[in-house]
Amino acid sequence: MRHRVVADLSALPLHGSGSSSQTWWGTLAFMLIEGMGFALAIGVYLYLYSLAPHWPIGAPPPDPVPGGVIALLLLASTVPNLLVARWAKRQDLRRVRIGLVIMSVAGVLPLIVRIWEFPALNVSWDSNAYGSVVWLVLGLHTLHMLTDVMDTLVLMAVMFSRHGDNRRRYGDVEDNSLYWYFVVLTWLPIYALLYGVPRL
Amino acid sequence: MTPAERDLRDAALEATEGAGALERRLERTWRTREGFWGALSTVDHKIIGRRYIVTAFAFLALGGVLAMLMRLQLARPESRFLSADLYNQIFTIHGANMMFLFAVPVAEAMAVYLVPLLVGTRNIAFPRLGAFSYWVYLFGGIMLWVAFILQTGPDVGWFAYVPLSGPQYASGKRADVWAQMITFTEISALAVAVEIVVTVLKQRAPGMSLDRIPIVVWAMLVMAFMIILAMPAVVTGSSVLIMDRLVGTHFFNPAEGGDVLLWQHLFWFFGHPEVYIIFLPSVGMLSTMLPSFVRRPIFGYLALVMSIMAIGVLAFGLWVHHMFTTGLPRLGESFFTASSMAIAVPAGTQIFCWIATIWLGRPVFRVPFLFILAFFFTFVLGGMTGVMVASVPLDTQLHDTYFVVAHFHYVLVGGAVFPLLGAIYYWFPKITGRMMSERIGRWVVGLLFLGFNFTFFPMHILGLQGMPRRIYAYPPELGWGGMNLFVSLCSIALAAGFLLFFVDAVRSARKGPPAGDNPWDASTLEWATTSPPPPYNFARIPVVTSAAPLWDERAALPVASGLSVNRRELLITTMGTATPEVRETSPQNSIWPFWAALATSVMLVWSIFSPWALVWASIPVAITLIGWFWPRGTPEDDA
Repeated sequence: MRHRVVADLSALPLHGSGSSSQTWWGTLAFMLIEGMGFALAIGVYLYLYSLAPHWPIGAPPPDPVPGGVIALLLLASTVPNLLVARWAKRQDLRRVRIGLVIMSVAGVLPLIVRIWEFPALNVSWDSNAYGSVVWLVLGLHTLHMLTDVMDTLVLMAVMFSRHGDNRRRYGDVEDNSLYWYFVVLTWLPIYALLYGVPRL
Repeated sequence: MTPAERDLRDAALEATEGAGALERRLERTWRTREGFWGALSTVDHKIIGRRYIVTAFAFLALGGVLAMLMRLQLARPESRFLSADLYNQIFTIHGANMMFLFAVPVAEAMAVYLVPLLVGTRNIAFPRLGAFSYWVYLFGGIMLWVAFILQTGPDVGWFAYVPLSGPQYASGKRADVWAQMITFTEISALAVAVEIVVTVLKQRAPGMSLDRIPIVVWAMLVMAFMIILAMPAVVTGSSVLIMDRLVGTHFFNPAEGGDVLLWQHLFWFFGHPEVYIIFLPSVGMLSTMLPSFVRRPIFGYLALVMSIMAIGVLAFGLWVHHMFTTGLPRLGESFFTASSMAIAVPAGTQIFCWIATIWLGRPVFRVPFLFILAFFFTFVLGGMTGVMVASVPLDTQLHDTYFVVAHFHYVLVGGAVFPLLGAIYYWFPKITGRMMSERIGRWVVGLLFLGFNFTFFPMHILGLQGMPRRIYAYPPELGWGGMNLFVSLCSIALAAGFLLFFVDAVRSARKGPPAGDNPWDASTLEWATTSPPPPYNFARIPVVTSAAPLWDERAALPVASGLSVNRRELLITTMGTATPEVRETSPQNSIWPFWAALATSVMLVWSIFSPWALVWASIPVAITLIGWFWPRGTPEDDA
């Protein structure tokens, strides 16, 4: 077909952040997928709970301390998380590097505490359906944290490389920080579920 | 590359380098390298979409062969052609193959190919994810079929109900192969869904506001959201099934506090939306094709879009109607009866909109339109038996009989495959640059329509006579022999129709008459470019001024200039009004999605045998993902 030029796009910016970035939308879509996965796992828990005459089945309620420590660590990590996103918006490479180092540590710490959280469930995955579902929910959340911490570590490495000082990378840092809020937020209802429901 | 070179735009080009310079530059920037590694590395949505479509149709043909084997077995009473064990594998793989390796992937495949062209952009969002998705899908399909050849094919039905598929009754690895086939196909489906959502929301041509989006694109968007919300349920289900089987969890073991119906809830919470995931893209393709054959815009655009969304929402409130005979509370059953009948309202609205479109138009009876007519008759019949089995007393009588087999083949083949085949005849010229045969096409429609109805209509009667599903043989005294023989004979006509379709497609791809840019004089953007489209889709991004851009701008297509020609650039627009926002880059070809898919496949197949696969095989997965995302300093990486 013949063309008739009616608009010129050359003055547009070369990269957008927030809702004008594809990655931002992609991150939201992946949150929706994972959020649905968590909602279903919680649904399975509540379904089995609704059928059981006693809950927890054949085990004392789980010890809430390690999970509580993780909740506090995650909540505290939102402060550097907020800062690193702000620095990325200002494209302050030095601060972003420092911020990502802090966020990597902030991601690894709860994973270390998690080593004590699995025994604190006081039940094994193969004891009964209660054991199976608490291991499922906690395992899912561990996997969720693990993948995001890996992502943060790789991003940190990129920011220390020659590819770091780039608007696209700063956008990645902002999206990574957005995703970390999701990690923190999912833990709170799961914590309430795993440690609250057996005490009802 | 200096900023000046990177920023070289089309506006300045033709003045300095002469005519055709724009196309030559874009070709160099967007092309796929030739040869083996080039083929594995491509991220062109058209090449990936084409592969996806061809692969899905190959699985359709394989599933069809299984169907014919079943019909051969059932043609007479007490047949000994297939053993019970082989028959179990065949009906399971027929169902699983058709649902997971054909119906959903082919809908996504059409979206991967068509959506970027329909919305006027140069490539799909996250194109490497599309490449990854295709390879994961291919490897998952191969795993299922290799397992079948090795006598380890799943034999627990396409929905793998526990306890039959649990550790107690399904020894060996057959049920695990089913569960991991699910994981493969769902990973690939979710990846494509994310691409479609972002492409439709952010990459539409300037001016393509929400009320100008082609209906097929709306349908693909709703399908993508349904995949995102429904597929996690079956992944959760199949993962805990494999955990019950491999590491001794008790999710489905009633003796230890588990529950078998939990499986059915998880499966059908996915499984019912799945039906509409298959159906909606066909509805969309039909609605976009129809105007070309009745020479007028679609009647009731808003009503059709709203119906598609309403179906997308209601589809999540129906799953229990698959479980009416499991002894659930009566009140719950009544609710799901009501919601199942409610979905007939938007479905009916669509039918009336299409009838009105044809009524007010001047029909041109070409092959795609004939498929649309075949769809009307067949789908309406399937829809009516759907309303019948939504009623609990009737369902209790007909559950697990051939009546249900007839019903779902009417809605799936009539509702989804007929429009799909029409869509292939319609978009084949765009994809290959050549027309399919009108003469052979009429034979294909005739054979498929008659063959289908004569094969599946009698199954309603067999079901009413009490013939159950999934039986490999039946005694002569029951009197089902005559009808079954009739069904088996008619299925030959159906198979012949498909065979003829494949022959026509292969022949036309090589020898069909050249199609030109817009052989149907259609109104949507994909027809504004050449057939087949160049690697960059559009030399300049189209500017949309109406819902039927090519009909309303016949003299010359309004376009926007100003994107770079030396690096892969496309346009990001706002979600509601499609106002230009940003010039964004699109990734280069890369081999890493292929390696990542290979590593993922190794992990999934290995995990059938050992839970440690998830630990050790995650290392190569992580390495390949880092290779995929690590910046390379290409011009596309500049900002």
